[in-house]
Amino acid sequence: MKSLGSIRRDFAPWNDPNAKPYIQFDKATKKFGDFTAVNNLSLTIFEREFFALLGASGCGKSTLLRMLAGFEEPTAGRILLDGQDLRGIPPYRRPVNMMFQSYALFPHMTVENNIAFGLKQDGMPKPEIAARVGEMLKLVKLEQFAKRKPHQLSGGQRQRVALARSVAKRPKVLLLDEPLGALDKKLREETQFELMDLQQSLGLTFVVVTHDQEEAMTMADRIAIIDKGEVMQVATPAEVYEAPGSRFVAGFVGNVNMFEGKIAHGEAGAASIDAGNGITIRTENAGDAATGATVAFAIRPEKIKISSTRPAGAVNAIEGEVYDIAYLGDMTVYHVRLDDGHVVRASTMNAARITEDPLSWNDRAWVSFRPDAGVVLTR
Amino acid sequence: MTPTWSRFNIASIVLGFAFLYLPIVLLVVFSFNESKLVTVWGGFSTKWYVSLFHNQGLMDATWVTARVAVISATVATVLGTLAALTLTRYTRFKGRMLFSGMVFAPLVMPEVITGLSLLLLFVAIGLDRGFLTVTLAHITLTMCFVAVVVQSRLITLDRSLEEAAMDLGAPPVKTFFQITLPVIMPAIVSGWMLAFTLSLDDLVIASFTSGPGATTLPMKIYSQVRLGVTPEINAACTILIAVVAVGVIIASLANKRREAQRQRDEQTAQRG
Repeated sequence: MKSLGSIRRDFAPWNDPNAKPYIQFDKATKKFGDFTAVNNLSLTIFEREFFALLGASGCGKSTLLRMLAGFEEPTAGRILLDGQDLRGIPPYRRPVNMMFQSYALFPHMTVENNIAFGLKQDGMPKPEIAARVGEMLKLVKLEQFAKRKPHQLSGGQRQRVALARSVAKRPKVLLLDEPLGALDKKLREETQFELMDLQQSLGLTFVVVTHDQEEAMTMADRIAIIDKGEVMQVATPAEVYEAPGSRFVAGFVGNVNMFEGKIAHGEAGAASIDAGNGITIRTENAGDAATGATVAFAIRPEKIKISSTRPAGAVNAIEGEVYDIAYLGDMTVYHVRLDDGHVVRASTMNAARITEDPLSWNDRAWVSFRPDAGVVLTR
Repeated sequence: MTPTWSRFNIASIVLGFAFLYLPIVLLVVFSFNESKLVTVWGGFSTKWYVSLFHNQGLMDATWVTARVAVISATVATVLGTLAALTLTRYTRFKGRMLFSGMVFAPLVMPEVITGLSLLLLFVAIGLDRGFLTVTLAHITLTMCFVAVVVQSRLITLDRSLEEAAMDLGAPPVKTFFQITLPVIMPAIVSGWMLAFTLSLDDLVIASFTSGPGATTLPMKIYSQVRLGVTPEINAACTILIAVVAVGVIIASLANKRREAQRQRDEQTAQRG
């Protein structure tokens, strides 16, 4: 089966026209003075979804989260949770909990009192609180740290306390603001998988804000790419990567080679693109772009093959000169300067330990790709 | 590298410390003088300390000072903390600059002016000068110091702590008493101690605003000195210096211990 679908094969409520939306931003706008942080934004999130808001800092993604939590009210538009309009409901009465970027652990309380804080506010009986706190500590594997204060913990442990505290009340929705931002790379990767497991086992809806595309790709069922307070695209990680909706999305997520050009001849999705300087690109993914339209052809580096001679039978092959090589261990990235001055990035997996007659700096080389390897972007 | 001690360095240190501490050392030494003449050494004695405790006037003044300092520091701490909270939290109200300037102006206002204006006010509203007026005056004087100390802590306070508490279901008032207050408590305590010390050694404002029966210790010492310095006053001052010195030493030791504890904790945390 060919698919650009979700990894959780049986979970795709966004494709089901009868699925009930759980969280809805309905033409939400938020202004701070003259600055528009969120601009007339509509977005639907489904129950049990792991949803990521991805964008550069200052794009308005944190404001979206803070409006869900109740720290900001939208200037215009509505936010609905499970059909209920959230306007006017203060943060302490919303069935939503948040994990803060700074963790915001209460420094004067022990780990267990931090976790119990929310439960106490609900007036839960003491034995039940103790049981729930024990359960949460076990969940994040911090049983032996119950009596410690936050400053007696390492960064990773603090992150887990913050997580335990925010899920202790079993909120309808858990909001995570850059949950892994303060961890080092290795710990971050481990924690990503822990978060996914946790979301699955608790069956909660997660909304995570991040500027790290790798993090969003790893964890989320769907990603919303936000720029200047507006949604650029909402799609599964694979769709965002392989079928970006615009030049911005293609450039924002992962590395990409772009060729600007005009559709010279197109029919039934296939087209040849005149990219200037004698370069013609044949593609099968032109969509409904019309002949004569100005488009961008986007292709990911790993879909470009590099070789010292022109591959026999290649539909798209362009000659150039290797001017930069980055050896990264698992793969090697080549920068090839085409004869028209255009620089193409091509990456090759180092599947074998030893390469026969490798390419070197200033070697003549051919870059080639299949007609279905790239996409045509009209926006 | 060991620093080399040139003669110039040694001379400057000796001179510097002499300049700072010679008067105080003299005062302490002469408090143990047998002779009644302050400047003539007549042998070692502690009799002035004994007579000090029998000097009813001095003892009364000490008691007044202590009460004034405790009450005014406490009230000033409450008011100063409230002012600091308002100034850091509500940053967009109209006239904030004016308000904040007015809270902090007494910091640089000459004490004579503060004292005189308070005196005029008390006379105008017909408030008899005494214990109440000194206390009120000291609240006015020390409140802005508390506000400065507490405000500097509030500025560095992570607002997300309070947001987290509210997010977990605590309404604003509960959030303040369970989260904000405990976290800024050290700053409030230092503010209180600063206010207490300021009230304790204030002479100028107390002279303007106090009346019969409410003579503070600094006023008493000052008036006795005008009649001639007795070794008794030396003894009183020595005790004051000792109290302040002990306070400072305890505070710095506690600070040092906390710091060491924090470092140990962080090392524990590093190890996991």
